Parts: sequence; structure tokens; C-alpha cells
Amino acid sequence: MIAELGLAILWMAAALAALQLVAGGLALRPQGAQIAGLVRPVAVMQGVLVLISFGALIMLFVTTDLSVKLVVDNSHSAKPLIFKIAGTWGNHEGSMLMWVTIMAVAGAVVALVERQLDERTLIATLAGQAFISLGFYAFLLFASNPFARLAQVPDEGQGLNPLLQDMGLAFHPPTLYVGYVGLSIAFSFAIGALVTRNVGPAFARAMRPWVLGAWIFLTLGITAGSYWAYYTLGWGGWWFWDPVENASLMPWLAATALLHSVSVLQNRDALRAWTVMLGVVAFSMSMVGTFLVRSGILTSVHAFAVDPQRGAFILALLAIDIGGALVLFTVRASTVTEGARFSFLSREAALVFNNVMLCGILGIVVIGTLYPLVTEAYGVKVSVGAPYFNPVAAIFAIPMFAVMAIGPLLRWRRDRLAGERGRRIMVPLAICTVVVLAVFGGVEAIAHHIGVLPALGLAMASGLFPASFLPLAGRNLRRTPLPVWGMVIAHAGIAVALFGMASESAFSVERLAALTIGESREVGPWHVTLDGMMPVAGPNWTALQASVSTHYDGGAPTVLHPQAETFTNPPGTRNESALQTRWNGQLYVVLGEQALDGRWQMRFWWKPFVPLIWIGGGLIGLGGILAMVGRLLSDWRRQIAKGKIAYRRMRQGR
Amino acid sequence: MSRAPAKSGLKLGMWLPLVIFIGLFALFVHGLMRPANTNVVSAFIGNPLPQFNLPAAAADRPGLTTAVFRTGKPRLLNVFASWCLPCAAETPQLAALAQAGVEVDGVAIHDRPEDLARFLANNGNPYTAIGRDDKRAVQIAIGSSGVPETYVIDGKGVIRYQHIGDIRADDVPMLLGKLKDAAGAGS
Repeated sequence: MIAELGLAILWMAAALAALQLVAGGLALRPQGAQIAGLVRPVAVMQGVLVLISFGALIMLFVTTDLSVKLVVDNSHSAKPLIFKIAGTWGNHEGSMLMWVTIMAVAGAVVALVERQLDERTLIATLAGQAFISLGFYAFLLFASNPFARLAQVPDEGQGLNPLLQDMGLAFHPPTLYVGYVGLSIAFSFAIGALVTRNVGPAFARAMRPWVLGAWIFLTLGITAGSYWAYYTLGWGGWWFWDPVENASLMPWLAATALLHSVSVLQNRDALRAWTVMLGVVAFSMSMVGTFLVRSGILTSVHAFAVDPQRGAFILALLAIDIGGALVLFTVRASTVTEGARFSFLSREAALVFNNVMLCGILGIVVIGTLYPLVTEAYGVKVSVGAPYFNPVAAIFAIPMFAVMAIGPLLRWRRDRLAGERGRRIMVPLAICTVVVLAVFGGVEAIAHHIGVLPALGLAMASGLFPASFLPLAGRNLRRTPLPVWGMVIAHAGIAVALFGMASESAFSVERLAALTIGESREVGPWHVTLDGMMPVAGPNWTALQASVSTHYDGGAPTVLHPQAETFTNPPGTRNESALQTRWNGQLYVVLGEQALDGRWQMRFWWKPFVPLIWIGGGLIGLGGILAMVGRLLSDWRRQIAKGKIAYRRMRQGR
Repeated sequence: MSRAPAKSGLKLGMWLPLVIFIGLFALFVHGLMRPANTNVVSAFIGNPLPQFNLPAAAADRPGLTTAVFRTGKPRLLNVFASWCLPCAAETPQLAALAQAGVEVDGVAIHDRPEDLARFLANNGNPYTAIGRDDKRAVQIAIGSSGVPETYVIDGKGVIRYQHIGDIRADDVPMLLGKLKDAAGAGS
């Protein structure tokens, strides 16, 4: 019953999306004023219905309704409840329903709360959102029905891939999806503004929280995904330049650029066409990423049930949505009047530089990701990895980090670095530059085996971290607005993450060892001993668990328990690594197979400062959250003040 | 740093995103029409074996030199090690190939003579010659990234096929076919 209900409600929601599009389109005509009132309520209703439909699918997974094909393929009654719920989106159909759900709910929220933007642009935005949604509804209903029943009910489901049975699955995909799809709102705002030719500060103010929100979720989603891959795959790496990782990085880079250009548009009414363009590009990157992953035209560790037919469907959506938006952009953007001008030495100029560099990195990631596809067209197989991405990205990243230190200190419009003010800015920056040079020189002098790139990373991070806090200098810290704190913390987070990345690649120690019980090894500063082995069992797996005692530099021992787990439904294995975190790094232990002679194969890594990568990612997200809270608070205060003024006027007028 | 004042230049620039997207779209359509072939073809196929002269790894078998691959008859070159489990698992298939009259030569990677002797005693010895490659020099020179891997070498010492991973029972006819093709190509 629930499955049919869910499907019926999904159809109704799709119908409402169609109505939203038609009504929005009609309302934009000169004589369409009466119908305009319909658009907002329809958008809200559509969001509610899709939410119910998604709830129905979660219900089916929780109760393990084995008459539903999707549940049979991806779930099992003996799975822990949290993974039953997370299993809802651990597959193609469920994740697409989640995609549509987030899209519709976001549209509903825009319809409910957005009051500052002019009504015509808002209606065009909601119509645009409905237009994109309709494509995805069609995709769900015609090509990926999550509610399809089976004619014969099997006794048991096939279970979920063991690698996905992890708390990571409960949080990483939803977070990332909110980010991907949140960008659809920015996309729709861009379309709305192009339709009504109304690109200005009000548009930027309306779009900005959505960009910021989506960006926060993307940041946290990528960070969480990276950590998940790090501890669950047992390779000891945290980023592999895998096409699916790149698919999440591309929208993040575009959103980061958009976040900065929208602030220029809001504050200074400059960069109009550019901001609209980035709004289109950011969500386009989400869609291109989805296409690359689901169509199977690139091979990746994230093996979704790939299907060329689905690929063709998404490709058609891609052509209609992105192609349409770009045509609209090409036709309309030249009629968007030029924004305000600014001088070479100004905050705008620094932000433009940052945007160009971010787009440069975006470009090289796109090229690197698609290059195998290009060469394959000529019959040559290649795979592109870190040896390309790291140095080429650094060409853009390093100048960007340098400008990142200076930009926030500059004034809007034009700045002059002469006299007292010049000294106040230049002296601390010069000190930071000295730090950079000293660290680089020091690293190169002491440790010759460390490559130029990690050394540069360590040096840039050491200089960037203090430089990030310079915008706070001379301010009353208690009265500093939250968004400024947000910026400072996010920039510092970049430095922290960069330090972690560079340190990981510069100082990691790897040991492969075949150990008998009682045997020891040295791993960097660690002394590790294999104490014993024992079998353990979980709800749907059994495992061999090793006891490994570890001493750091002769200190007190601690015991780690890496496991080699065997799952029965579906059959599969997973190596659950054991991690020991200290303030200065992480010891990573993986249990492998037993060799013929009875020794256990084990892998050890000592990774100095590696947790900083994710701490930095968390700080970047926290910075975003602070900025968001600050803006919401000031909006709220403004609303209250407006209400008071209106109230007083009303009383005085009486 | 002001935005481009030249109207025509600006307009041309506006077309750029659309043009890039059309290019990407064409690439995607092409990629979809030709579903990715996930079999990676070794880049070493068609290359002659590099020169090497490995000392004997086992007491009762000679070492391995490039010269034996120039005798006009195709042979198998098996990269293995006593410490590798799949290598032990593929020994019955190698024995079957040797039974069928194929000359199988081994390169023992990073191995100790006593371990290797025990491995051969336990699993049988299908090899005509076993070279000892302690520093993985030959393994790297022929583009092998792990053990076990098996190469089909034609009678002129040219690599014709690279099999990655252990040889399963159903791979044996395929390898015999490759050897036959190599005999045709190498003569």
C-alpha cells in the first residue's frame, strides 16, 4: 500500500511542478497578474508532497517490504536500523528521489521566506526551479521508479554493500546532496534574473544565503566523504582524484567562486554578468558530476548501478537545462548593464583574482577528469591522477593563497597603501612572507627527500594561517560582525587543511609487515606489537580482530583493534582499520590476510598532522555557518526594526 | 580592472560558455555511444623483452636470460613469488599448461631460496627455468605491477599478451590460444 501511495504522491508532486511552471510562465506576461498568486502556494505544496513520498520510501526500507524491488536489491531484514534508513539513499533510485525531494523542499522554502526580491524575478525563479525539477521527476517516474514492485516476493533482500554499511553513509550523501541541489536554487535565481533582466544587489542578497548554505553543506559533505574513504577503504589515502570525488569538487570550486562574486555584487553592484554565469555553472557542475557518475562513461570507485540508458536520459536533461540556461545567458547577458567599476588595488580586484584562480582550478579539474574520455575517443587509454592534478592545481592555488592573505585587508572600490595605513597592512604581511620563505627554506635544507610541492604547501600554510587573522587586527573583537569572524575562520581553515595535506604527503611513513603473534615493528616513532587474534561477531558480520599494542616514542602502551570483517548478506569483506590519533598525527593499522606460514599481513602508516585536513575542512564549514548565522540574525533584526517603524507610523498616522 | 568596455569583445566572450558546453556535450554523447571498455590493454604488448640475465633461484633449474626467448618457439613468462597466495593457487593451471607442452619460465620476485624451495616442493614445479629478481628490476622493466602475472612471449622475444592476476582454470584454453596466435605471429 505504502509503495503505491508513495508513487501516486510523487506523480501528484510532478503535476504540481508542471502547474508551477505553467502558472509562473503565464504570470510573467503583462496581463498575468492574477495568476501570480498561485505560484508560491503551489511550490510549497509540491515540497510537502515530495517529502511525503520520500518518507514513504524510507518507511518501506525501515519495514523491509520485500515486495518492492529496490528494497530487495539493497536491503536485508537483519541490517541495523540506521543502515536500513541510510540504505534508502544508498542506491540510484532512492538517491534520485532524495535529489528531487531536496530540490522541491528548497523551492518551497524560497516560496515561503523570500520577500525582499521583486515579485516578477521571484516568480521566474520558482518557474525555473519547477522546470529543472520536472526533468528529474520524469527521470524518476519513467526511468528509475523507486517504488516498483516485484511479481514474486523473495524470502530475503540482497543486502547492502558492506562498504556502505557505515555511519558515513547516513550523513555523507544527504549532506552532499543538500549542497548539490541547493545550488539549483542559485541556478534558478540566475535564470529568474536573466528572464526579468533584474541583476543587482537585491538579487544578490536573495541568492547569497542559498549559495552560502549549499556551499556549507558541500564543504562538510566533501570533508566527511574524504574521512570516510580514508578510514573505510583501508588504502590510507584521503583523496584519490577519482571522477566522483572530482564531481563533488567541481561544484564546490564553482560555488566558492560564486560565494565571493555574489558578495561583490551585493556590496558594490559589480560583476553582474559574471555572477549570473557562475550561478549557472555551479549547478551545471553538479549535473555534469551526476551524469559522469551514473552513466558509467568513466570508471570510478563509486560504482553506482550504471546504465547507459539512464546516462542518455541525464544527458538529455543536461542539454535542456544547461544548454537552455547558457543560451538564455548568451542572449540576455549582453543586455545586462555593466556594473560599477573599481580600481586595480581594491577588494573587488582581489576577489576577481580569486575568482579567476578558482575557475582556473575548476578548469584543470574538468580537463583532468574528462581527459580519459577524450583520449578514449582516439582509442588510447589513460588514467589521470595526482601527478597531473597536484602540480597543475598548485599553479593556480599558490597565487590564490597569496592574494587570499591580502584581499580581506583592502578597501572596497579603491585602496592606497601609502603612509600609516600602508605600514599597518604591509608590515604584518611582510612578516607572514618571511615565515613562508623561512619554512620553505628550512624544509628544503633539513629534509632533502621532501618534494617541492609538499614543502611549498607547508610554507604557504604557515604564512597563510597568521595572515588569515589580520582582518581582526585593530578591531573590537566583541563588536566584530559574525560574517567577518566567519571569513577569518574559513580562511584559517584553508591554511589548516593545506598544512595537513602537505604534511601527509611529506612525512608519511608506511610499513608492510607479516607478523607472527608476539612480533614487533617500528613505524616512524611508533613501536607496534601484534599481541593476539580473536574472532568477534556483529549483527550481520563476523570478523577476525587483531590486538595491536602501540607505544609512541617509548610512552605508555595503548591497544588497537583492526578487524577483517566478513559479511554474509551480501557476501563481502571489509577491512576495518584502527586509528590512533595524537595531537601530532595518526597511526593507521589495517589487518590483511593470513599467509601460508601463519603470519598475518599488516599495514601500518604513521601520518603526521593528517587530522588537520578534516579539522581544516570543518573550520571552513564553521566559518560558513558563522557567516550564515550572522546574516540571518541581522536580517531578523532588520525585520523587527521594520515592523516597529511600521507600527509607529501606523499609530502616528491615526 | 574594469569590466570590458569594448562591446563587441564582450559579446564574443558571452558565447564562450555555450561553445564550451556544446563541446562537452559532443564528448559526452560520444562517450555514451561507445561504452567504456574496461579491459586495460598493456602498453608493453608488441615490445621486445628487455635484456636481462637473472641468476638461478632454485637449485635444480637454470637462471633466466633473454636469449631463451629468441629460439623461435613461443613461451610463457610467469612472474611469481613464494610469499604470494594467488601464485600458489595458480600452480595447477601452470602445471596443466606445462603438460600441454608449453615452456613456462618463472621470475621469482623478492624471494628467499629456502622459501622458494619449500613453495616448489609443496605446489610442484612447472618451470623450465627460474630467474631470481630480488630487486624487481625485470618485473618493472616488463611493466608488471604485481604477482602473479603471466606474459605470452613469441619466438622472437616480443611480448604478445599480459595476463594480470592468477590463471584460473578457464583461462587455460585462452592462454593456449594466445600462444598459438603468437606462434603464427612470431614465425
